[in-house]
Amino acid sequence: MTSSGSVHHEEIDLSPGSGDAAGTRRGRAGDVVLEVRDLSVSFPSGDGPVRAVRGVDYVLRRGEVLGIVGESGSGKSVTSMAIMGLLPTTATVTGQVLFDGRDLLSLSENALNGIRGARVAMIFQDPMTSLNPVYTIGAQIAEAVRAHHDVSKEKALERAVELLETVRIPNARERISSFPHELSGGMRQRVVIAIAMANDPDVIIADEPTTALDVTVQAQIMEALQVAQDATGAAMVLITHDLGVIAGQADRVMVMYAGKLVESGTAEDVFYTPRMPYTLGLLGSLPRMDRPTERLTPIPGSPPSVVNMPPGCPFEPRCPKATDLCRETEPELRETTGPEHLAACHHAESLVGVVADEVFDARVADADTLAKLASEGEK
Amino acid sequence: MPEHTVTSPETREPGTPVTSGVDREFTVAERSQTQLVLRRFLQHRAAVISLGVLIAVILLAYVGGMLWKYGAGEITPDNSQPPSWDHPFGTDAVGKDEFAQVLRGTRISLQVSVSVAILATLVGTLWGSVAGYFGGWVDSLMMRITDLVLTLPLIAVAAMLAHNFGGTWYLIAAVIAGLYWAYVSRVARGVVLSLREKEFVEAAKALGATDTRIILRHLVPNALGSILVNLTILVALAILLETSLSFLGFGVQAPDTSLGLLVSEAQTALTTRPWLFYFPGLFIIIIALTINFIGDGLRDAFDPQQTKVRQ
Amino acid sequence: MLAFALRRVLVSIPVLLVASFIVFALGAASANPLAPLLEKNPPAPPNVIAAETVRLHLDQPLIPRYFSWLGGLILHGDFGPSVTSTMDIGAELGPRFLVTIRLIALAMVIALVLAIVVGVLTAVKQYSKTDYIATFLGFLFLAMPSFWLAILLKQGGIAVNGAVGYPAIYTIGSASVPPPTGFGANLADILGHMILPTIALALISYASWSRFTRASMLEVLNSDYVRLARSKGLSRRTVMVKHALRTALIPLTTVTALDIASIIGGAVVTEFVFQWKGLGDFFLNAVRSNDTYATSSWLLVSAVVVIAFNLIADLLYGVLDPRIRHA
Repeated sequence: MTSSGSVHHEEIDLSPGSGDAAGTRRGRAGDVVLEVRDLSVSFPSGDGPVRAVRGVDYVLRRGEVLGIVGESGSGKSVTSMAIMGLLPTTATVTGQVLFDGRDLLSLSENALNGIRGARVAMIFQDPMTSLNPVYTIGAQIAEAVRAHHDVSKEKALERAVELLETVRIPNARERISSFPHELSGGMRQRVVIAIAMANDPDVIIADEPTTALDVTVQAQIMEALQVAQDATGAAMVLITHDLGVIAGQADRVMVMYAGKLVESGTAEDVFYTPRMPYTLGLLGSLPRMDRPTERLTPIPGSPPSVVNMPPGCPFEPRCPKATDLCRETEPELRETTGPEHLAACHHAESLVGVVADEVFDARVADADTLAKLASEGEK
Repeated sequence: MPEHTVTSPETREPGTPVTSGVDREFTVAERSQTQLVLRRFLQHRAAVISLGVLIAVILLAYVGGMLWKYGAGEITPDNSQPPSWDHPFGTDAVGKDEFAQVLRGTRISLQVSVSVAILATLVGTLWGSVAGYFGGWVDSLMMRITDLVLTLPLIAVAAMLAHNFGGTWYLIAAVIAGLYWAYVSRVARGVVLSLREKEFVEAAKALGATDTRIILRHLVPNALGSILVNLTILVALAILLETSLSFLGFGVQAPDTSLGLLVSEAQTALTTRPWLFYFPGLFIIIIALTINFIGDGLRDAFDPQQTKVRQ
Repeated sequence: MLAFALRRVLVSIPVLLVASFIVFALGAASANPLAPLLEKNPPAPPNVIAAETVRLHLDQPLIPRYFSWLGGLILHGDFGPSVTSTMDIGAELGPRFLVTIRLIALAMVIALVLAIVVGVLTAVKQYSKTDYIATFLGFLFLAMPSFWLAILLKQGGIAVNGAVGYPAIYTIGSASVPPPTGFGANLADILGHMILPTIALALISYASWSRFTRASMLEVLNSDYVRLARSKGLSRRTVMVKHALRTALIPLTTVTALDIASIIGGAVVTEFVFQWKGLGDFFLNAVRSNDTYATSSWLLVSAVVVIAFNLIADLLYGVLDPRIRHA
């Protein structure tokens, strides 16, 4: 999980447990393992369809960590839910999700079950509610193993102990007979990670894996995720609203806003030469350790409703760089600093060499506004 | 998947800043809580239709009863007539017009059940919220009493009490309310318990608000939805209990009448005068059904999350 | 688990004692057993009234009267004197209890099975035609007075009998008089008499339980752990039965137990319509004749049933939900 991809992939290939039959199945590092093409998701609502995801394209390569960043409502979780086929039946999903030469969206529930958990696994946001309260954690891990391998219950429990040890749960052998309510949030998330690892998947999708946890536990969970990735050699999609989580982990980063990708590129591209004002704004609102920060620069306003969206750039109302062009035409993703670095902004070039507090009006965070916000909260 | 619940403007977090000019094109004008509830209620088709039907039934019972050519209890020369234009619900053995009787029965049954609902809600809410707010041994003691009331079959206890004290509609109402408050207090306690732990109550406490202020400004307005929903459903429960009591012969007594008493009287000649059985029963069902649908609509309107979880 | 069970059993004993006092006081306060004698025209002679006062212990204050009643009950199984001097309340309650409890038990089982099947089906097929029809029927049964539904069923039975020309469906009584000979014939006779009353009693509870099951199931189906179970690649069946249904049914145990009291009340009405000689009939007679010991005893029996069911539900909840067991 270093930002330098090639070294990282070699480590994976040497790591025990992945050079066997599973290794040949996996193919070579750097190959595309999952490809999302023009994925759109909408939900019906009283005010018209809610277009949660609007035409998302991306590829995931073997062994890499792809970070997806965005605020609540940007469609980042819905995208991964659509990939896994976990959306409620009321959702309309179009596009393609290519995995192993097959389109997951067109597979039957049965065929999809052969892939879910076995080849593509998922980790969810809230460990407090992710585990079934009435079964022991051992049973819940063993169940994942037995869903895809014809092994005895005892064997599966042995594997559960192994997995718990891998994610560093102390006294794993005794712990397998614990119920979820007897474990802390961090421990439960480790169990969920163990479940995701159970069948050596090719892809692990982690949807805000640390958001619901204490800051003190977050680092441990990120470490457990890294262990999981090392042990399975899986490519990982790391979804978060926290750029700080992504910064040290992701090889590539995608930024989502109002259901669309607005910027994507290597971690360096996105963090050091952002070409979309929204990304710049996100970076500006991040506390930094590497240089003294006088104050943080918030982005004014809130994300738009994705019901009955007006034409134009969805970020336009909050964007200090907005022009008439932005109000009329929604920008497409296009190449900026290199073929891999894409941004959806008419004015991408004007962002060369600027920092957030030069673009965003920092007055938003003055005392009057804070007081006003506080009084609105009181209502 | 919490994303798309935030997508419609109504579900905006209360603290979200709405700076004019910033999201001018996206924000629908902020609606007040009452407007929101009303709007969501109007979206519940069954509830709106039910409200219309219920209002029609109430108007029919009170206004229609006064305008109808036959008075309730008035003996007409036609006895044992099946439904006709002259007697839409037919007549009974002595010639009383069943339509006029059903309208009078509806009035009495509605009076009883609405009084029960209001009385039981007042007592039960007070009882339950005091128990829930103070907690500890006060809560334990008060709730054990509630549990004991709920251990007994209410219709049986009501029959015993009504047999000795009853007969008139307001005494029946008092007897039924004297038992139903226990249901309400359970609900009210649950609501208060969950609200007590909410951040805004803790915030108010931290700011030094008094108990009275917390109860009046924070608990009551927030519990109002549940209380109102419960009050509605209580009307339906009460009308069923009242008619059952009257049917068993322990409720409203002749010469007064209630829908249950009318069904009971019809029992003796079911095969010869079946209309006397069907019409009062139909009115009970219409009233209870529409009230339940209205209650369902109110529940959706006050708490959209409860029924439409992530759908 | 054993400690949990023991604690629950011990907790119900004081509840039962308090309940016994309340039902006794309620019975005593609800009517004057001497009223029929006093209102008689010409009035009963004073020596008769005095003798009745002593026989019914009305010369004692409430509290000692309660303790002598409770003492007699616990020591000799004596439910106290009835206003009808020849009647032994306990001997009368026993067989009637069996008649009523079989109606209640069967109705509950039928209502539960039906409610779970329909509740799960409508939750899985939310907003489908099946869901709308079942929901409407549920609301309809909830709005239907039990006595009216019972009479309707009885009329239906009579109509069927008229149409086929012989009594195909029993509409009156809990068994034929005299009962048919032979165990098989007797059982068939009893079950035949149970059909209509059981349906009448079951439909009312079914309505609210199926609504509850549907809501509970929907909540679980939308839960994170069911989503995780699906993401493991488990078959739809496994997810539905092992994860969704198993967890969704836990709160139903509590709801069922809470409804017992109202089902007993419903049985009174149902028995009245179908003219059963069960507990309901006993109770209605007792109320009409101001037989306070009889009404108190009846209330006590139903309180025992309710408390017992709640105890069972509590224990079952503990078995089904590890969070309670460990608490």
